[in-house]
Amino acid sequence: MWTGFPLFPEQASTMAGRVDALYIALVALAAFFSVLIACLVVGFAIKFRRRSPGEIGVPIHGNFTLEAVWTAVPLVIVTVVFLWSAEIFFSMARVPPQAMEIYVVGKRWMWKAQHLSGQREINELHVPVGVPVKLVLTSEDVIHSFYVPAFRIKKDAVPGRYATMWFQATKPGRYHLFCAEYCGTKHSGMIGWVEVMEPAAFQTWLTGGGTGSLAAEGQKIFQSLGCVTCHRADSQGRGPRLEGLFGRAVTLADGEEVVADADYVRESIVTPAAKVVAGYQPVMPTYQGLVSEEGLMQLIAYIQSLQEPAKGAPPAVAPREPGAAARTGARQP
Amino acid sequence: MSAAAALPEPAPPKANYLNISYGVKSWLLTTDHKRIALLYMGSITVMFALGGIFAALIRLELVTPPGDMVQAETYNKLFTLHGVIMVFFFLIPSIPATLGNFLIPLMIGARDLAFPKLNLASWYLFMAGAGFAAYSLVRGGVDTGWTFYTPYSTAFSNTHVISAAMGAFIAGFSSILTGLNFIVTIHKMRAPGLTWMRLPLFVWSHYATSIIMVLGTPVIAVTLMLVMVERGLKLGIFNPALGGDPVLFQHLFWFYSHPAVYIMILPSMGVISELVSAMARKRVFGYGIVAMSSLAIAVIGFLVWGHHMFVSGQSVYAGMVFSALSFLVAIPSAIKVFNWTATLYKGSVSYDTPTLYAIGFIGLFTIGGLTGIFLAATGLDVHVHDTYFIVAHFHYIMVGGAIMGYLGGLHFWWPKITGRLYPEAWGRVAALIVFAGFNLTFFPQFILGYMGMPRRYHAYPEEFQVLNVMSSAGASILGLGYILPFAYLGWSMRYGRAASANPWGAKGLEWQAASPPLTENFETQPVVREEAYEYAHAPQERAIV
Repeated sequence: MWTGFPLFPEQASTMAGRVDALYIALVALAAFFSVLIACLVVGFAIKFRRRSPGEIGVPIHGNFTLEAVWTAVPLVIVTVVFLWSAEIFFSMARVPPQAMEIYVVGKRWMWKAQHLSGQREINELHVPVGVPVKLVLTSEDVIHSFYVPAFRIKKDAVPGRYATMWFQATKPGRYHLFCAEYCGTKHSGMIGWVEVMEPAAFQTWLTGGGTGSLAAEGQKIFQSLGCVTCHRADSQGRGPRLEGLFGRAVTLADGEEVVADADYVRESIVTPAAKVVAGYQPVMPTYQGLVSEEGLMQLIAYIQSLQEPAKGAPPAVAPREPGAAARTGARQP
Repeated sequence: MSAAAALPEPAPPKANYLNISYGVKSWLLTTDHKRIALLYMGSITVMFALGGIFAALIRLELVTPPGDMVQAETYNKLFTLHGVIMVFFFLIPSIPATLGNFLIPLMIGARDLAFPKLNLASWYLFMAGAGFAAYSLVRGGVDTGWTFYTPYSTAFSNTHVISAAMGAFIAGFSSILTGLNFIVTIHKMRAPGLTWMRLPLFVWSHYATSIIMVLGTPVIAVTLMLVMVERGLKLGIFNPALGGDPVLFQHLFWFYSHPAVYIMILPSMGVISELVSAMARKRVFGYGIVAMSSLAIAVIGFLVWGHHMFVSGQSVYAGMVFSALSFLVAIPSAIKVFNWTATLYKGSVSYDTPTLYAIGFIGLFTIGGLTGIFLAATGLDVHVHDTYFIVAHFHYIMVGGAIMGYLGGLHFWWPKITGRLYPEAWGRVAALIVFAGFNLTFFPQFILGYMGMPRRYHAYPEEFQVLNVMSSAGASILGLGYILPFAYLGWSMRYGRAASANPWGAKGLEWQAASPPLTENFETQPVVREEAYEYAHAPQERAIV
């Protein structure tokens, strides 16, 4: 139930205090100028009230110094506010390299999260306290927006692309998760909770009841779709080798270099002809509609896990599976 | 400004623009800018009432946390229709098409607008657009939000998106034609001696507004057309499933819709300049700077659209640029507020209804403008974007600003428009009720937004209830404040005392025309021999022409 009269949501992330500090400064600024203007307007209106029907005002046409002052002062103030807010904005955009990744898909009207260990949850997100967490966000249908007021962060989940956001929770507890971008009938029902746990409790939660790791799930899809027939580990395939690919720059047919990040890998599965690696033919068919957004994220986790052999990653080349090969038979060499 | 002739108060001529002819046809086929202004006034008043009813239903639903009064689908249609009607069919035409239409020719000493038939055509286009919107409404409504965001609007909504978008599309042409008409009129039809730097600030602000209308509106027309094409023909433009880009829609939409905010507020600023000057009987402080700040707002206003997209996936650097430009556009607005305040200094301030609206405007617009600083601040906007903080902010600008200006202007020029005086005491009471009701409605929404309540929520967590109840209570007071002028202004049209040509003792050519004016506005061509707002002068000393 509602108690007291809170003016702020809880501060539960490293960003919350910084955003609130700027907010309080701006509230003070706004209050100062509002009161100043109100006092001047009301004061002048009273002091210079009309005393006789025929009275007119004193002809004052302007004052250059005053104009210069009230142009310059706001300019200086907004410059400071600009730099201050930009500094926070950059911190929000710069994901710490060691951040723990979680994949999140928005769908009318729920949030589906997948942890790398394979844990999945709906309208809940369990995270450990004190650890930077990176969310890779997308949507299956319309635009949604992942919003946790207690963390002061928000990011749109746009269909067809990945957005990333990060936070570091500072205090265990349960915090509102809202969809902030209007997404249709049950928009206001697309809510949930972020559960911030002590690291030990989080580890226990993580190991309870998962199927396989996200990469292992991805491997299953990789095999069932027959991806391996072209993307072979021995560089003899019709498609590029995927071992050690993730995060590396690749050269495209037109000479452009792109980093093989999650967005690139997603695009290469959904619209393979868009950015073909130099030296390969654009022969790969699209898998749009054949793999769900969650499946795509699993495939990405799998490809991310494919290191150059010596590293002891899961075997890149799966045993031949006749069924899978038959399903994609038309595309076999 | 004053005409060349000395100014004996002539007995009102018998045939003015209102009584020169009667009958439906004389109104529907009129090319008189004053009658067209009244046609617009009637239409937008109906629209305002309709939009207001939707707002009342929204506020009623939000009294309790669960979505228990209407279904979620209904609620979504309510806020969509509230937005579409208020933005496209009330706020955008409000001051320009009514007061602007009526006053610009009078203020510049012209007989009519440059293209009277085009002016009538723009009203018919407006009505056609309103017809499509009404069709969408009676067929069951539309639920995309007034923003028509893709791919929801093009691929997922099951409501009447195309007819609603078509309504806004057609109404846009009315806006373009009005803007074009104003620009040509202001350039070509000013009275002898009325140089650019002698123009009333109302005319300057409409000039700036017209530039936005002419340059910005085609973009929204194209964008809405693309939405209709994608939805109707399944052609991939914005929907990623068809190879489109949903964020592209947001760029195109806000390229118009942010400047559209200035279409709503600039004319209101023009009204306030007139009101402040007339009610203090004093030239507007820093006239030239106030005039140029309108143009600055129009120009910079075109370069800030990306501040609606700080969390949409737009690049961080683009976000920074849009943030910087958004801070910049705040400066000319701040300059105006300071200059209005300074105008009161050593003035002769009356406490009539228009003064109360002007003072209310300055207060509310100041809060609306300052909270805009919060939203231009990238790192802070991430938290409050798409929450009630935004809702509060833009209502301070559009209702606290634009509508206060409209009502203030309506009262100020009411004697000129109708030839009747409204009951002053009622006017003051209503202005105070509007001010109080407005603040109680929207101030709590700033706190709600910072607390994290997202906008467009049919149901909400319990901790937000108290602030929502305050807001709904305020809305009922605000509603009363709006019903009162409906009643007493309507009453005064029949029973109000006859107004003299210049009941406020104000400057400006419109006050030299009769109340109500003749069809041809002036009996002889006025000639301007002095600066705008020359209250204290001996005419022969200051006369320049």
